[in-house]
Amino acid sequence: MPGKTYVQTTINGEQVDFLCEPRQSLLECLRDVIGLTGTKEGCNDGNCGACTVNMDGRVVTACLVLGVEAEGANIETIEGVADGSNLHPLQLAFLENAALQCGICTPGFIVSSKALLEQNPDPTEHEIRFWLANNLCRCTGYDKIVRAVQDAAKRLQEA
Amino acid sequence: MQELSSGEQRVKIQGNNIRQVIDNLDAVYPGFKDRLVEDGRVKPNISVAIDGEITPLGMLEKVMEDSEVHFLPAISGG
Amino acid sequence: MTTIDNESNVVLATNTDFKVVGTRPVRHDGTDKVTGRALYGADYDASGLLHGKILRSPHAHALIKSVNTSKAESLDGVKAVVTASDFPQVADKTVELGEDDTKLEWLRDNILASDKALYGGHAIAGVAAANPHIAEEALKLIEVEYEVLPAVLTTQEAMADNASILHKSLTTQELGEDTGVVSNVASHFQHVKGDVSKGFAEADIVKEREFNTTTVHQGYIEPHNGTAFWSADGRLHVWCSTQGSFVVRDSLADLLDLPVSMVRVTPMEIGGAFGGKIPIYVEPVAALLSKKTGAPVKIVMSRKETFEGSGPTSGSYMKIKIGAKKDGTITAAHAWMAMEAGAYPGSPVGAAAQCVFATYDLENALIDGYDVVVNKPKTAAYRAPGAPNAAFGTEQVINELAEELQMDPIEFRLKNVAVEGTRRPDGPTFRRIGAKEVLEAMRDHPHYQSKKQEGQGRGVAIGFWFNIGFDSACNIAVNSDGTVNLTEGSTDIGGSRTSIAMQAAEVLGIPAEDVRPSVVDTDTVGFTAVTGGSRTTFATGWAAYEAAQDVKQQCLERAASIWDVDVDGLQMEDGVISSTADSELRMTLKELASQLGSSGGGISGSASVNPGGVGGSFAGNIADVSVDSDTGKVTVERFTCVQDAGKAIHPSYVEGQMQGGSVQGIGWALNEEYFMGDDGNMNNSSLLDYRMPTALDLPMIDTVIVEVANPGHPFGVRGVGEANIVPPTPTLANAIYDATGKRMTELPMSPGAILAAE
Repeated sequence: MPGKTYVQTTINGEQVDFLCEPRQSLLECLRDVIGLTGTKEGCNDGNCGACTVNMDGRVVTACLVLGVEAEGANIETIEGVADGSNLHPLQLAFLENAALQCGICTPGFIVSSKALLEQNPDPTEHEIRFWLANNLCRCTGYDKIVRAVQDAAKRLQEA
Repeated sequence: MQELSSGEQRVKIQGNNIRQVIDNLDAVYPGFKDRLVEDGRVKPNISVAIDGEITPLGMLEKVMEDSEVHFLPAISGG
Repeated sequence: MTTIDNESNVVLATNTDFKVVGTRPVRHDGTDKVTGRALYGADYDASGLLHGKILRSPHAHALIKSVNTSKAESLDGVKAVVTASDFPQVADKTVELGEDDTKLEWLRDNILASDKALYGGHAIAGVAAANPHIAEEALKLIEVEYEVLPAVLTTQEAMADNASILHKSLTTQELGEDTGVVSNVASHFQHVKGDVSKGFAEADIVKEREFNTTTVHQGYIEPHNGTAFWSADGRLHVWCSTQGSFVVRDSLADLLDLPVSMVRVTPMEIGGAFGGKIPIYVEPVAALLSKKTGAPVKIVMSRKETFEGSGPTSGSYMKIKIGAKKDGTITAAHAWMAMEAGAYPGSPVGAAAQCVFATYDLENALIDGYDVVVNKPKTAAYRAPGAPNAAFGTEQVINELAEELQMDPIEFRLKNVAVEGTRRPDGPTFRRIGAKEVLEAMRDHPHYQSKKQEGQGRGVAIGFWFNIGFDSACNIAVNSDGTVNLTEGSTDIGGSRTSIAMQAAEVLGIPAEDVRPSVVDTDTVGFTAVTGGSRTTFATGWAAYEAAQDVKQQCLERAASIWDVDVDGLQMEDGVISSTADSELRMTLKELASQLGSSGGGISGSASVNPGGVGGSFAGNIADVSVDSDTGKVTVERFTCVQDAGKAIHPSYVEGQMQGGSVQGIGWALNEEYFMGDDGNMNNSSLLDYRMPTALDLPMIDTVIVEVANPGHPFGVRGVGEANIVPPTPTLANAIYDATGKRMTELPMSPGAILAAE
């Protein structure tokens, strides 16, 4: 069995350390080693966005990042989006706009949209759709998701 | 099943419930019971519709004077 | 009467006398799902958990001469290996699979192949190891000797003379009789109404077309999963993402020769299904591995395995012929449909036959259906299975007739539309249906009324799904603070636990938030059929309604006892119990609840139902497209979905179903296909190359909910999950024809296909 590497990283503002084999992806480490199962696996090859996390300010698919690459990085997952028990406006907007059905893609969409709104607080519909093109949803047809992001943008601007 | 009823598309049969209807149908047109019934129940791949509505009661469902009974392949959805 | 959420989503509500039904509360499980706390099947963990992987055939059709697992078994970290021979030997029987049935032998064979591999991806063996990587390495060490056979991949290939045969024991059932002829055609059936030869002779014009569609997948984002623990006391416990915990339980009991009481299935949250998670795949393998190791074993399919080893829907070959008089009356219609069942019999051709002409009142109709096996994965249900294929054909021929008669396509449909009392070609007579109302709402919609944009094409189509009832159970217990706990067994794929809670809330006169719904396991609630067939809001809603009526009655009796009056004079409205005789007597449900302990004990109600009175649903689309003449790419510029919901319990989630089904239909129409290589394997089994719609590919999907109440449900509910996937493929085909003059008779209508078409 391959030896394990010791990795020190920051996840959702907390210092986290873990052991992993070089062949384990960040996705696998988050879910199976650290126990943060909110980030989901849909394809394991970067094509569905269900494993989207924010790594050093960039949205990435955790299945295409190795666990060892997390060394020294600042990672935000779905578990870190809410502020304690206060839901983020995006989370409230998703709930109130019924922007989820099965919910499996929702963590990826929320992490991805959060990054969008941080960079572009007033996106057009096209800009939202473009940004979210790598987050696949099979249940909603995207309509209510786009409306939820528009709604969240308004809420954040009013705040 | 039309070949069992000698080409008739619609047949009139007596009976107060589906079990009786099938028994009487089989008496006039032998072979229907084998086609429709297994282990005393309507075969699992067959649905019974009375006046347009699929009945969950199978053999036990009551029929009225002038009820229309259909036997359909049982299918459902995704 | 309209309640408009925004102008893009309209509800043509017909009964607004409700307090909770028709409103839009936040779903009860919502917070867990937006914070990542909700636990799906792959999230399940247990101490001592082992991980399983499955070896799959690289050949589309082959004899399995031998399987040698010894090297795999001796790999460090591997705990057990299983093959088909590890299944107990059980007498064959017909097993009910939740919505249809199959032979136990075929179900078992699909889960782990015995003498033949029947498709690329067919499971051969399972391995349990300390981690998934070791399990994968072990697969490479399993030695299988195959004798490759020719494969058949379409109905035409499978039905040809001298076609390679999949099952030596499969003989064709011809109109119900066993012909004794070994073939890949499992069955041929017919529905006959009137006399089509006479009808076609009476027609002034006749249009006839051939259509071909290929395999597509439901495309749920969450792959199949299951964890099994076979305890030393003989009890098997499974945790999985499924549409039907009881189907999993009963199938496992049949396959593993256990009484159902020894099997418990706990449904985890589920990440999409659309019919594909009704059959079982990995659970029995995990169970066998758990039995051998004494540990819990988790198996999660990869995306590639999900494409190749689960149940996509049928490719098909169809001929549709319809004749009409000059005045637009249809005189005859003939549908000849051959559908791929995959490796074992059981395509949805029967359902397709019930839907193909359902929209129209026809005096003369003939439907021929063929169920054909091919060397592809065994098909599973996909949202109105069979109906989208059929509609792709019918709704285009209907448009061609309308065009030749110079009639508006919606008016032509209205002239022939089925209504209450119309007899379908497959026999039953329609009860109250909303086809006419859906067509009228389409015709009157601003989208249809608007002028087409320059260079764009517009198309319309309408489709039908009959919906099902089946069994559901529900328990409701009153809490001391006046809220109620509701337990039910319908796994929640799209917000159904809230729609069910809302129906109970309506009966009890309390807010939806005061009902705490839970989806529970097979030990905790009565038998409940699958979440599928558009049955859940209807049938489990009925169970919640009845259970709530039971609770209501008990509350009245308890109040009568507390007040020492006759229960007959009491009523409960809006959560308040009062007396018609004495206006002084009033108490809220909350007040009653706080006194339960001291007045006789708790109150709980229950119901087990199997309701008749199912109402079918019609859905129609209007779509505007532009087609790039250089690349053939179709852009959907505007899309409207109109559907009859009977009564929308929670309009946002009805809209969600309409939008989701529409987009699956758009993907099916424009891009999705199993691209089969020369070796008979799927060449595009990834989400990169199996191209499903992204947010960037689509406009908003505008919706109109029509409400033609279903008399068979207390609130008028018609299931809505499925009918909306039926019209998109012909809608887009009709729009593409309008834009380009090209009549596309094959799916998908991808850029290359459009360029190549005449």
